Amino acid sequence: MRKDVAFGQYYPVDSFVHRTDPRTKLLFLIAYIVALFCCKTGWGMALCALGLLTVILLAKLPLKLVVRSVRGVVFLLVFTGILNLFFYRGEGEALISWKFIHIYKEGIFYTIYLMSRLFLLVMSSAVLTLTTTPIALTDGLESLLTPLKYIRFPVHELALIMSIALRFIPTLMDETERIINAQKARGADFESGNVFKRIKAIIPILIPLLISAFRRAEELGDAMDARCYSGSSIRTKYKKLRFTYRDVCAFFFMAILMTGVFLFNSYGAALSALCVQGWNALLGLFGAV
Amino acid sequence: MDIIAKNITHTYNEGSPFSSAALKGVDLTIREGEFFGIIGHTGSGKSTFVQHLNALIRVYTAEKKYNPKKDKNTEKPVLQIGEFDLTDKKCDFNALRAKVGMVFQYPEYQLFAETVFEDVVFGLRNFAKEKPTKEAEEAAVQQAIEIVGLDYADVKDKSPFDLSGGQKRRVAIAGVIVTHPEILVLDEPAAGLDPIGKREIMELLHKLHRDWCRTIIVVSHDMDEISENCSRVAVFSEGKVFKCCTPQELFRHSEELEALGLDIPLTAKVQRALAERGVEIETDFTRDDFIAKVSALFRKKTDKGDDGSCGKM
Repeated sequence: MRKDVAFGQYYPVDSFVHRTDPRTKLLFLIAYIVALFCCKTGWGMALCALGLLTVILLAKLPLKLVVRSVRGVVFLLVFTGILNLFFYRGEGEALISWKFIHIYKEGIFYTIYLMSRLFLLVMSSAVLTLTTTPIALTDGLESLLTPLKYIRFPVHELALIMSIALRFIPTLMDETERIINAQKARGADFESGNVFKRIKAIIPILIPLLISAFRRAEELGDAMDARCYSGSSIRTKYKKLRFTYRDVCAFFFMAILMTGVFLFNSYGAALSALCVQGWNALLGLFGAV
Repeated sequence: MDIIAKNITHTYNEGSPFSSAALKGVDLTIREGEFFGIIGHTGSGKSTFVQHLNALIRVYTAEKKYNPKKDKNTEKPVLQIGEFDLTDKKCDFNALRAKVGMVFQYPEYQLFAETVFEDVVFGLRNFAKEKPTKEAEEAAVQQAIEIVGLDYADVKDKSPFDLSGGQKRRVAIAGVIVTHPEILVLDEPAAGLDPIGKREIMELLHKLHRDWCRTIIVVSHDMDEISENCSRVAVFSEGKVFKCCTPQELFRHSEELEALGLDIPLTAKVQRALAERGVEIETDFTRDDFIAKVSALFRKKTDKGDDGSCGKM
């Protein structure tokens, strides 16, 4: 059961990317997404893909695992892709026209473009969760959101809720598995029958699970009360987040990537023309030989 | 129904960085009619093994074919329970589960229905080939609730969540035995109960063993429980059966158990302390036998007339 959850699962190895500060990684991800959406040329997109590949290699993640994280949204990707392909209005003559469907040359380009953009987007966020423990992630988020405290936004409480929720996912998953096994042992059947029958079959799992979730919540609340937990006072951290040389490296890496993307946006057309020229010249050379 | 297991291996999360081998070749035979104990550390594989008995975890050959070339270091696993061959893909798991009852740790957490009656009848309805009549259902549920020591008329319409902890556990056990399984497997049935509750649960198990289920298998941490009740014991360690014998044999060599980090029953501790002081007692480590042997020793000493040494002992 747990095998299916590839997205959002921490992959425990020691690497440069794993050790980078979670705040840097969060900012890096945001910058990366901005870059993806600002990017207007194929060159820029290729640069972004190359950048992500470098990070994956640096993080010692198996490529298969990262690609697998896209599996959950594959339907969405294909669906958007097809819509774009059919309804994008380009200039000039349509390549194929059938009833309300018109496929233009620009449409095909744009679709490839959009797909690779979304693909990279999902993969990059998967890289973040694969290389960062949930706890580090919430710590980073809390630290980044600190300025909001001045407008009385309950940053710490939000981070606490998030970390508790994340903390209990595996616990509740184990619990679910236990309850499923217990009901299976009593002959419960979750795999056959029509939709209504299956929904009804879930009740013997859902009710014990809910009850145990409430019980755990209450126990946790008591335990926190017993230790006088309060989020509002100034709390210190056992593991302080600290920027290191890695974060400087990451910053420069991102800066280069961004600059590259914007340069290609401005001069990409010229570069393409240059390439076409070069290619033609090369062909001409071969032709001459 | 005998249980014959050979070369059972199981790895959790195979092929991922989280993979861990829980069973590394378990050989175990449990005969019909035994009151069998399984002990071992957390993580020794005992829970994984008992879940195999109920096909909740399938023997890996039931999912993919056994390949003697690829699996060089393991032999073909065997898991036979009565007429059921669990290594076979086509084995009727539902029929098996009706014959092998399974009570998990803290079974009261599996209660879900509005009334005790509805909860107990759940298994009965699931396993029935055709829908049983109302009278038959009621008779079966009444029998099950009464044998676990509850008052049928009193509890049947109550919500299971209104009962006390011990009563909830009894209801949960009733919900498993209502189908008359031939083998009953219990994972730490007395965990979290007070001493009286523990004793009552063990008495209940003996009652069930006498006139309900032929074979009872108990997974436990409590060595006193094992030495009092079981006819045979298997000690699990690191995914293998370390030893399988009678409790008497096992606790006679209690150093081995302590080397594994396991506890020994109180009687074995006292027996050893006495032996260190030069008083040998030959006992089967049950409480009654131990008391009888020690008091016999006392009587012999006082008969001889040297009552002074008795006090020192």
